[in-house]
Amino acid sequence: MTSPSLELVASDTSGQSDARDRVAALALSEMTVSYGGKPAVFSVEARIPEGAMAAIIGPNGAGKSTLLKATLGIIPRLSGRVEVFGVPLARARHRIAYVPQRASVDWDFPTTVEDVVLMGLSRELGLLGFVRSRHRQFAAACLDRVGMADFASRQIGQLSGGQQQRVFLARALAQRADLYLLDEPFAGVDAATERAIVDVLKSLKDEGRTVVCVHHDLATVTDYFDHCLMINLRKIAEGPVASTFTEANLQATYGGRLAGGHLEQLRLPA
Amino acid sequence: MAAGWLAAILNSCGCRPDPMSTLLSVLPPALASFLEALTLGAGYNAALVGIGAALLGGSAGAAGTFLFLRKRTLVSDAIAHATLPGVGLAFMIMVAFGGSGRSLVGLLIGSALSAGLGLLAVTAITRRTRLAEDTAIGAVLSVFFGFGIVLLTVIQVMDRGRQAGLEGFLLGSTAGMLFADALLIAAGGALCALLILLFRRPLTIVCFDPGYAEATGISVTRMDAVMLGLVLAITVIGLKLVGLILIVALLVIPPVTARFWSERTGTVAVLAGVFGALAGYVGSAISASSPNLPTGPIIVLVGVGLFVLSLLVAPRRGVLASAVAHRRFQHKVHLRQGLLALAHGEPIHDRLTLRVLARAGYLRADRQPTEAGRAEAARALLDENRWRIARQLHPQEAVTGRYDGLTGIAEVLTADEIASLDRHLGPKAAGA
Repeated sequence: MTSPSLELVASDTSGQSDARDRVAALALSEMTVSYGGKPAVFSVEARIPEGAMAAIIGPNGAGKSTLLKATLGIIPRLSGRVEVFGVPLARARHRIAYVPQRASVDWDFPTTVEDVVLMGLSRELGLLGFVRSRHRQFAAACLDRVGMADFASRQIGQLSGGQQQRVFLARALAQRADLYLLDEPFAGVDAATERAIVDVLKSLKDEGRTVVCVHHDLATVTDYFDHCLMINLRKIAEGPVASTFTEANLQATYGGRLAGGHLEQLRLPA
Repeated sequence: MAAGWLAAILNSCGCRPDPMSTLLSVLPPALASFLEALTLGAGYNAALVGIGAALLGGSAGAAGTFLFLRKRTLVSDAIAHATLPGVGLAFMIMVAFGGSGRSLVGLLIGSALSAGLGLLAVTAITRRTRLAEDTAIGAVLSVFFGFGIVLLTVIQVMDRGRQAGLEGFLLGSTAGMLFADALLIAAGGALCALLILLFRRPLTIVCFDPGYAEATGISVTRMDAVMLGLVLAITVIGLKLVGLILIVALLVIPPVTARFWSERTGTVAVLAGVFGALAGYVGSAISASSPNLPTGPIIVLVGVGLFVLSLLVAPRRGVLASAVAHRRFQHKVHLRQGLLALAHGEPIHDRLTLRVLARAGYLRADRQPTEAGRAEAARALLDENRWRIARQLHPQEAVTGRYDGLTGIAEVLTADEIASLDRHLGPKAAGA
């Protein structure tokens, strides 16, 4: 991979020297995904350290969600390897929880909030298990953590967008995973929900878990995240937000699409 | 014959001896024979058909629920139509080997194989080409069905073909159904029900959120195969009874009917099974009560009857309930608009608004507000002003996001919070 600037090369090596000793929570190499002959993600590599709160950022159509979905095997990849906590993906699925985009499901589906959260326990329950009261109590605790305890028996279509997003997060919490992958969790939610979700994600990080979000709001990157992966078809830069989320890398990622005024509002690290 | 369990129940509650035959003798003959069939009193064969149809309807309803929730109901139509060439070929092969060609098991194995081929064709076309699934379904359905009809025509001119009764597979027929056939339907139905019970959770997750399912390690491809395998099995089992043209109705109508009554997948699946079983049982009883009524179409019509009834009267999702809810909501909106117009002293022209206000006792016959109307209008205005301030002060809060022009602010905020809003409103407005 050729790097767009010298400064980036420097920051990359310094970021990796201490990361190399530990096993990465998520390591991608040579990930290429294409839709009908046109690559959407090309040879992207990433190494998200354990315990990180990481953002995948890039312009619309840069392949952020595609990268996440291909990582999880939801869409096929042309090439590439995924390792989770040092082992191949297939052996680490139980350590991963995924929060898809809200628009990806039909909200008129006949299911209640509690039922959705209980889906997070499907691996634990297996084919033969029955949902018992301790499972329901655990689901209620997960809902409580996202502030949705009062909505357990609602049909999911009766919720607001932000509430739906929180229910998805509660389902992921029920999986008690070590690596959380979220696809645009803050898209189209109200400010209260955004705060609630950020609080939960930060508490996950405090418990030593790793969080990776596809994120579109550049203004909040420095507030919410400590690690970032900037892509636009290819990987542009990756590393700690403090050294990676720079004007040069942003320009390289977004091309001419970021005006000077935008950049000033981002409170970029010096 | 007419005794049955109904008579036993009537006897046990101290009615006259053998009231069933008395009852049947006073009813019109058609109704009497229907009642006889319904109580399994119309003979051994009719009872077999009734129980078989109920089991088939039940498992078709439950399996169809997942097909419906996965939004792939039409695949079942391709599967059903693709059975026909298999029936014809199986008959010809059996005849070629010196058999009569009428063995039901042989015909069903043939139909299952060609239906499986049809299903593979739909999957391959959808995956390997840019054609959408509905196109693939249309192509496979018509090609297989056309080929099947050609085979049936050829069979008709064969020596043994005339008595084969293969056209019964088109619309279903219960004539000449054997105990072994009924047993096959019963065993197949029970096995399908067991598989649905076993896979209910992964099937539900795949239907609701396939991406999440895949990420969790539930293979969507494998679960789709389980679901379509069940549908294929039910189609094949039901061929003899309902016929390939109408089996899709048994997979689609009960789930759609059940959806009116519940907001939970498990309950929808169970209810769909109940509705399917009911349609199968009652439909076959009606068909057995008269010599010339075909079984399949009657079962489907009973299912449609249950659907129409649910469409009309189901709570919440039914047409009547939605109409009532809509009317109530409309009145609420007009009442609020009317009260605000009164508060601002604006003239009201809307007829419905006038009627709603008058009925609530807020408007006199000369369109002047009553005392109660004036008070209520002032309350509505105060509520509106408090909302305005709340939304100005806390535009980002979730509670202020609940403003919809109708919800009273007292339902959302505490008395203390409202008091602090009133300080911003100023003494004049708050005192109103």
